[in-house]
Amino acid sequence: MWQDDLRAVYCIALKDMRTYYLKPPAISWGVIFPVVWILAFYLRNPGNFEDLIPGLIAMTILFSTTAAEAVVINFELKLGSIERLLLAPISIASVLIGKVLGGFIFGLIMTAILTIASSIYLGLHPNALLLTAIAVPSLLVFSSLGAFFSVAVKEVFEAQTLLNLPRFFMIFLCGVVYPISAMPKWLQDLAYILPLTYTVDGLRRSFYLSSTSSMFTDLLVLIVFFIILIVPATRLLEKKFE
Amino acid sequence: MTRYSPCQPNITGSGTVAANPVLTDKAVIQTFDLTKYYGNFLAVDHLNFSVQKGETFGFLGPNGSGKTTTIRMLVGLSKPTEGRASILGYDILTSMAEAKRSIGVVPDVSNLYDELSARNNLLFMARLYGVARDLREAKADELLKIFGLYERRDDPFGTFSRGMKRALTIAAALIHSPKILFLDEPTTGLDVVAAQSLRNLISNLHSQGQTIFLTTHYLEEADRLCDRIAILVKGKIIKIDTPLELKNSAKGKAAIEITFTGNIRTRLDELSIKIPGTKIYALDDDKVRICGGDPAKIFEGAFQFAKDAGIGLEFVNSIRPSLEDAFMRITGLSPKIMAIEKTGR
Ligand SMILES: Nc1ncnc2c1ncn2[C@@H]1O[C@H](COP(=O)(O)OP(=O)(O)OP(=O)(O)O)[C@@H](O)[C@H]1O
Ligand SMILES: [Mg+2]
Repeated sequence: MWQDDLRAVYCIALKDMRTYYLKPPAISWGVIFPVVWILAFYLRNPGNFEDLIPGLIAMTILFSTTAAEAVVINFELKLGSIERLLLAPISIASVLIGKVLGGFIFGLIMTAILTIASSIYLGLHPNALLLTAIAVPSLLVFSSLGAFFSVAVKEVFEAQTLLNLPRFFMIFLCGVVYPISAMPKWLQDLAYILPLTYTVDGLRRSFYLSSTSSMFTDLLVLIVFFIILIVPATRLLEKKFE
Repeated sequence: MTRYSPCQPNITGSGTVAANPVLTDKAVIQTFDLTKYYGNFLAVDHLNFSVQKGETFGFLGPNGSGKTTTIRMLVGLSKPTEGRASILGYDILTSMAEAKRSIGVVPDVSNLYDELSARNNLLFMARLYGVARDLREAKADELLKIFGLYERRDDPFGTFSRGMKRALTIAAALIHSPKILFLDEPTTGLDVVAAQSLRNLISNLHSQGQTIFLTTHYLEEADRLCDRIAILVKGKIIKIDTPLELKNSAKGKAAIEITFTGNIRTRLDELSIKIPGTKIYALDDDKVRICGGDPAKIFEGAFQFAKDAGIGLEFVNSIRPSLEDAFMRITGLSPKIMAIEKTGR
């Protein structure tokens, strides 16, 4: 019944917020890591630090959500608590969506804090509505990416390690630090199949309000990424219980 | 797939069990050739049994006999390779979601959340099962009291002793007042006192009319708690009966235990030549149990054997038939394999 599933999604997300997001792995990977990067960039180039803000927000979105998922899914697969959730009259999909939503909320809080703090400190004025329209689907995409890797492996550290591959690829290729237009053609092509490209692009536009109409494409592409990540993640989790 | 009604199973080519499912309208669990393969390995082999309303039904079997695999199929955590089962009339293949509403499950590990308090664990499960808001807290507190954990209700699950964890895991399975309670090895890994107190609680649930399906590898536990026992070996049910009937089936056969003054484990063949027509089980290096045969002949033969071997007889005991004897006779296995201890969580 859909009411059961809806309730389960809510319970699971809420419980994960309470039990996991203060644990060391979530905090270290989700918060400290982006903060260290930010500091590194700031120290190297304090002059045009503003330019980096959209990229850094994108990175926070990426790291907070993926780190959170690796923790909530792998710990529970290992301890058998995911099985406990599946004993209730709810679908595997809603268990996974509950988990993804928990990571989403954690990421949302982290991202909001960073965005508000840096905007006030640097006197930036992004369009809050447009920023939210990009940040929200992005958080869902990367939370699902984390979920996908977590159900595909066995151990927490495996998920974190494997996740570093797409994470670092995306930091360098998706316009977080170097503009995509300055890269060779083949790297540009690669960038366009990575979701973070659309996050960074959308966030930049919401800060500088340049040709905001193309943000709709970013939003659409992000939604497509969300679907193509969450569906196989659900399938993989279902496979574990056959 | 052929259609079936839960009341009219088509049992085909099973032949593994004499007792077909007893079909009454009180049957709340029924299986029809329920089977699970892991790759080529046959873990659960064409099981046919039924559990009646209000009954405590036990699966008794050694490690790896397929107890957990069976429970996992019945509660929807694993799909049968072949065969079917119904829980409260719901087909586990097609209507498991409905069935899940009315079953409570205690897995073989106590897997509640370490970080949450005892009470919050129960409240979380209550919310997950959609127990009404005004009932949740009352039910949680009632269960905490029944299971003797009320004083510790605000302590995190992670700080509990193994026995307390087990008790809370059972309480969590009862939070939505299920019609059937599944218990996978409820007392494994507990000390004697904790195990006894948990058995008392289970037995109380039974007397309040709770239907219970439990697995165990403790003979005494099966004997004490179960109305009927299915003996499971290598994925097959060898026998289903009441503890009394199982014991009676071993009656009339002499069972004699002899302790020698030396190691005779390597000489069992010589001993069996001396007392033909009996079954000999080594209970220890110097101890055997002899079933069947004429007691007088057994004493004579054993005495002769000891003399030839140059050792003496230390103790001779005649044993009243117990579930152990029944188990040995039925399975041909030594009850010792059941005593192999696992560490529970
Ligand atoms: N996921 C799995 N993949 C492969 N084999 C499995 C799997 N789960 C169980 N088995 C095998 O199936 C057999 C039955 O296992 P099961 O856990 O059901 O036994 P059990 O009676 O519960 O034993 P125990 O007393 O140790 O809990 C064992 O031989 C086990 O190795
Ligand atoms: Mg088991």
